[in-house]
Amino acid sequence: MIVRVSGEGQFRLPDEDAERLNELDNAAVAAAEAGDEARFKDLWAQMLEVVAADGNSLGDDELVESDIILPPRDITFAEAQGEFTGEGLIPD
Amino acid sequence: MPGLGGRMSTVIKAKISRLLDKSEDPGETLDYGYQKQVEMLQNVKKGIADVVTSKKRLQMQSQKLEQQVVKLDTQARQALSQGREELARTALERKTLAQTELQSLDTQVKELEDQQQKLTDNEAKLRTKIEQFRTKKEVIKAQYSAAEAQVKISEAASGVGEEMADLGLAMQRAEEKTETMRARAGAVEELEAAGTFDDITQLGSGQDDIDKQLSELTSGAQVDDELAKMKAELGSGGGDAPALEEGDK
Repeated sequence: MIVRVSGEGQFRLPDEDAERLNELDNAAVAAAEAGDEARFKDLWAQMLEVVAADGNSLGDDELVESDIILPPRDITFAEAQGEFTGEGLIPD
Repeated sequence: MPGLGGRMSTVIKAKISRLLDKSEDPGETLDYGYQKQVEMLQNVKKGIADVVTSKKRLQMQSQKLEQQVVKLDTQARQALSQGREELARTALERKTLAQTELQSLDTQVKELEDQQQKLTDNEAKLRTKIEQFRTKKEVIKAQYSAAEAQVKISEAASGVGEEMADLGLAMQRAEEKTETMRARAGAVEELEAAGTFDDITQLGSGQDDIDKQLSELTSGAQVDDELAKMKAELGSGGGDAPALEEGDK
């Protein structure tokens, strides 16, 4: 599975992480919708941590599409409230 | 995919694949796609130049404010030495405010520097990817009858498209940030031109009078300089230094 962190490039992660990321994403969406900034920030940090722990950076010569695109690391809560809503990160 | 990048890349990816679908001559379409990518790279360069321009403007403003701080400090001393404590206080209040603005400007300059660095890194990455695309394109063109090759180039185009979309997003964010800073810098400039920072110091009306008096002090002081020095010397000990401390509060 290929994950892009916006502004930081692409990473190759084991497919098993998809479920974990989707869970975190759903919780993050709920937190954003509820206006719970602290909880959102915590979940967002956890998502980035999954990428940092399991991900291997893709070489610049690899031209592939990402399966998941995460927003920029420094996303503000206000931006997140606009973007982290609706369906999960992984489209049906 | 509700991610920030997801939405944008979807738009660009769709455009590229539509382009590929339409092609009667894939070779021609590939060249066109490559040309578009190179254009995008030019836009990125322009975006970086914009960030640099904004940064320079803020740096200039920062220098001006530094001068203002020195000037206000001098004016305060002058006012004090002439026994105008209220005036000295006003000057010192403004000096403090200018220093606060200065700190905020410095933070913004630092932020823009980070933005610039990020965009430059991303631009280098995109350039590499476009170069890869160009190479693959030539390979595909040489053997384009193979259906598998078509799929491959479509994938490659999507990969580059996503990279471009992501860079587009980074540029958009940098621009928004720069815009906010520009507006703020403009406001500071206006305040500076008017010589008033009254919104924060709440000095009330009579601003202009105080400014006029301050500037008169500066010009008139040259004439009175000798006299003031003499006075200070005459009243040394109980004169200049303690009065300055008082004014600093």
